[in-house]
Amino acid sequence: MGRYILRRLLIAIPTVAVISFVVFAILALAPTDPLSSFGADPRVPPEVRAAIRTSLGLDDPWPVRYVKWVTSLAQGNFGFSFMSHSPVVDLLKQRLPNTLAVVGVAYLIGVVLAIPIGMISAVRRYSLFDHFATTFAFIGFSVPTFFTGILLIIVFSINLRWFPFIYDSTLVIHDLPTFLDQVKQSIMPITVLALFDTATIARYTRAEMLEHLPLDYVRTARSKGLKEQVVVLRHVLRNSLIPVVTLVALGVPTVFGGAIVTEQIFRVPGIGELLVRSIGDGDTPVVTAILLIFAVLVVLFNLFADILYAVLDPRIKYT
Amino acid sequence: MAAPATQMTKGKVIASTTLRPSRSLWKDAWWQFRRHRLAMVSLGTLVFLILFTLGGPLIYHTKIDVIDFTLSLKGPSSEHLLGTDDLGRDLLARLMFGGRISIAVGIVSVLLAITLGTTIGALAGFFGRLDNPLMRLTDLFLSLPVLPLLLVIIYLFRDTLRATFGAELGIFLMIVGVIGVLNWMPVARLVRAQFLSLKQKEFVEAARSVGAKNGRIIVRHILPNALSPILVAATIGVGGAILTESTLSFLGLGFPSDVPTWGRILYDARNYLDIAPHWAIFPGSLIFLTVLSINFIGDGLRDALDPRKTS
Repeated sequence: MGRYILRRLLIAIPTVAVISFVVFAILALAPTDPLSSFGADPRVPPEVRAAIRTSLGLDDPWPVRYVKWVTSLAQGNFGFSFMSHSPVVDLLKQRLPNTLAVVGVAYLIGVVLAIPIGMISAVRRYSLFDHFATTFAFIGFSVPTFFTGILLIIVFSINLRWFPFIYDSTLVIHDLPTFLDQVKQSIMPITVLALFDTATIARYTRAEMLEHLPLDYVRTARSKGLKEQVVVLRHVLRNSLIPVVTLVALGVPTVFGGAIVTEQIFRVPGIGELLVRSIGDGDTPVVTAILLIFAVLVVLFNLFADILYAVLDPRIKYT
Repeated sequence: MAAPATQMTKGKVIASTTLRPSRSLWKDAWWQFRRHRLAMVSLGTLVFLILFTLGGPLIYHTKIDVIDFTLSLKGPSSEHLLGTDDLGRDLLARLMFGGRISIAVGIVSVLLAITLGTTIGALAGFFGRLDNPLMRLTDLFLSLPVLPLLLVIIYLFRDTLRATFGAELGIFLMIVGVIGVLNWMPVARLVRAQFLSLKQKEFVEAARSVGAKNGRIIVRHILPNALSPILVAATIGVGGAILTESTLSFLGLGFPSDVPTWGRILYDARNYLDIAPHWAIFPGSLIFLTVLSINFIGDGLRDALDPRKTS
């Protein structure tokens, strides 16, 4: 077991290294100059622009810049934003709580709703509930999140005036009314994300349960005289959940990706919104940092899922 | 089925085969597919949507780029069936035109992803030597953060491509290329798994014993047997690609405003939700309807092509 984890770790580290290199190379080799928007300003004389480029170290060949970047990264230094001149780390620290508050809660709700829905769907296959849940799931992963968001805004913000459609991140929760305000402004972005998550995970849970229900061990459990409830919950569900748990772990990075869109619609000042804005501004240090964080998240949760799978399923041999 | 046939006389068997035409995999699949009611309804819907985008402009002659500020942000009327946008352009005409691009992006990028994925998966599954390096490459691509990377690449390379190939074609090639190149990995894994098991089968051995070369074995013998899961993945992939394209356009990083894809129209509409909700609801519903029917068709195909579910 220990060896397996170690081996997976040893694969994960070069993967991160290669991805960081790819990300950096794409940005460095792109034909669009990061300073083009800045340079387009005719009031900046060419010699000043050249001086700025030199001071930012942009005149070095890009492999040199990559090495510099990686060495400072190793010391926890993400560099400085071209736009706001503040350290990238500070920007990320500001944004991350907002993303987590929306994405994290939505994913949690998604998982908590999806597993029972998928389970009941599988046990009562082709029942009214199953048909309803299946339709719901197909709608959930076919409707683009930006469209759900826009529909919610039209119905609940514009027509009913129940919820605000701009997320106020300056809101500090100190008593019940402000807490309710926070709930009100989070409801729509969370619903949008949770709808998609619930649909995917429920569908997957259902498929896994259906694979397991006709197996021999289920019949054995029934013929032992166990109650149906025990058979389903203790025997089938536990076995079916192994791949579901892996899927949930693998889905975390995707969820962060999906948050980019949701944050854009509801103007939640999170990581995704920062990424879109920085791309528009040509703010390379921020963009590289966020891309790297996303990549590390993917690799980390892949690793986590693999280890989790090995721990949960004793049939897996670690070699 | 075999049992009654053996009891029949020879003449009767011949008669029954002429009554019932030969059954091929695809005919069987079609027969099975027709019993999936939602998939059939979806197929109808999708055919209608494609006809709507291709044939619609032949019947509905309004131009997509006639600007008329007096008609700005009007709701559906007899003159403009689905209303107008902020510049007074006809929404229905724009939706028909944009649908062509959205659907084309979906199909072409999936063709690219399937070609790449099948080639890499087939090579990895067939040639043991290539398996490890190609699968490492697949894992690496799977670790890339797709959506953020798409955004960055499109932003950075947009202007160059636009200059080389023109606004429409340049962006089209880029979006199709990037979606294709970042989505072949699941197909490669699927094809590799199929090849790993199929290459051990007797018919491959038989083909080899009559002197078939590797290339012929891969293309003529193994690939046709691995086609069903590829087809299902491709179908669902088209829906995914349409979603990705509209997401990119919605973030303002897809097609420019003069090329009205469904996602782009929605992006332009997002600031007028209070006065012109129709502008956002129509393109959004079209994306939703298209992707939903593609997903149901994929589901129906999966059932129809599953050999465990023959009836």
